[in-house]
Amino acid sequence: MTQVTLTVNETQYTRDVEPRMLLSDFLRHELGLTGTHVGCEHGVCGACTILFDGESMRSCLIFAVQADGHSVTTVEGLAPDKDNLHPLQQSFWEAHGLQCGYCTPGILMTMIPFLRDNPNPTEDEIRHALSGNLCRCTGYQHIVDAVKLASEKMREK
Amino acid sequence: MDLLSQHAGEAKILAGGQSLVPAMNFRVVQPSLLIDLNRVAELSFIREEGNVIRVGAMARERHLEFDASIEKRIPLLHEAVPNIAHPQIRNRGTIGGSIVHADPAAELPMLMVALNARLKGKNKSAERWIDAKDFFEGMFTTALESDEILVEIEIPFMPPRTGWSFMEVAPRSGDYAMMGVAALVTLDKEGKCNSAKLVYLNAGDGPVDAAASTQMLAGGTLSEKSIESVAVHASENEINPFGNIHASTDFQRHLAKVLTQKALKQAAQRAGESQ
Ligand SMILES: Cc1cc2nc3c(=O)[nH]c(=O)nc-3n(C[C@H](O)[C@H](O)[C@H](O)COP(=O)(O)OP(=O)(O)OC[C@H]3O[C@@H](n4cnc5c(N)ncnc54)[C@H](O)[C@@H]3O)c2cc1C
Ligand code: FES
Ligand code: FES
Repeated sequence: MTQVTLTVNETQYTRDVEPRMLLSDFLRHELGLTGTHVGCEHGVCGACTILFDGESMRSCLIFAVQADGHSVTTVEGLAPDKDNLHPLQQSFWEAHGLQCGYCTPGILMTMIPFLRDNPNPTEDEIRHALSGNLCRCTGYQHIVDAVKLASEKMREK
Repeated sequence: MDLLSQHAGEAKILAGGQSLVPAMNFRVVQPSLLIDLNRVAELSFIREEGNVIRVGAMARERHLEFDASIEKRIPLLHEAVPNIAHPQIRNRGTIGGSIVHADPAAELPMLMVALNARLKGKNKSAERWIDAKDFFEGMFTTALESDEILVEIEIPFMPPRTGWSFMEVAPRSGDYAMMGVAALVTLDKEGKCNSAKLVYLNAGDGPVDAAASTQMLAGGTLSEKSIESVAVHASENEINPFGNIHASTDFQRHLAKVLTQKALKQAAQRAGESQ
């Protein structure tokens, strides 16, 4: 067992973990943050995407011990409080950007840094940015609409 | 370095983990010891020095993409890097990891050959430089010994009057490409072709340098006709694609021909503009 101390959604945690434990399993099983989904465990589907020091990465391709001293944000860290959604989440709600919701957390955590770096993206840029996330339900069109709506809402702020 | 020499053969270096961890998750690879380079801060630099850019093996693919001196000095690399996987993968994946992984379908190994890069290997007691053209020995196989790590990559600035092009066709944006080519054309002061280079990905068991084909261009002018005959020669005689679930070998050769024509044209045009 190895001790790790990391910050997740602005809360500091210290745990003893097996070196072989993936960060995705750590978030879900050790911290109970089951919003981070696991689809493929080989980097392809994007369901496990989180922010690692502010940038989107696959939590299934990082070991929990490697997160020692780092800061992680998961989908649970987006909403400002219990009663309000983050404008990106609100837009997915309003524009029907999800059906079963399996892919959604990974897509949201991909779009946060994307919209930070591209506050006014074109549809083409949005589709390109979505290419690392698989969705088996929506056909993507509503996701693109939701991201577009979010970019408008977030620019107004 | 001590750990690696004690456990040579059993231990694995962990860089970005974007190829190694998927293989471990599938239990295809089960190393007894992982040596994580992510905390070795000295390995993640990108800096100009004289006529070269030096890149530490742990520089992330994402850093290559946004580096201003790479954009200016080695525009071929700047233009090609966004074709590697997705942003989430490039945020973590490293130049060194991609090079040592030596996937024949990967972009960075063939770019290193196209750009005449040199790669620095290091073990407990010594260091050595290896030319990129000698580094890739076959599918997932390199000239590095099991007690060596790749520490640094040295890439020369692209010469003056040089045009470039990178083109690939992938099933979906971010996937490994079915075929890809990097083209470089250097003109002399009269506008004739001084030298040209074509290197392919997914066209054999490592980067494929179509040197015999590009030799046909030296000293001549790049015309529609000469470009076509080079594209035919390279796609029929110099590459050796294996085919995969997305593309038959015939289709890969067809893609190679079309991409070569487009890439040479773009490279020649850019070289002309920089005259
Ligand atoms: C979904 C997905 C799509 C992808 N698509 C593409 C693509 O289109 N094109 C592409 O080129 N790549 C693609 N990749 C691979 C990606 O670019 C990897 O990041 C890269 O190939 C490996 O780099 P890494 O730093 O993650 O290396 P790791 O996975 O950590 O290591 C790879 C191998 O290299 C060895 N190694 C790493 N660093 C060193 C070193 N300094 N010295 C000695 N040995 C070392 C490791 O031991 C291991 O065997 C994709 C990956 C995923 C998950
Ligand atoms: S579970 Fe990590 S990318 Fe699919
Ligand atoms: S909403 Fe079901 S996978 Fe995307």
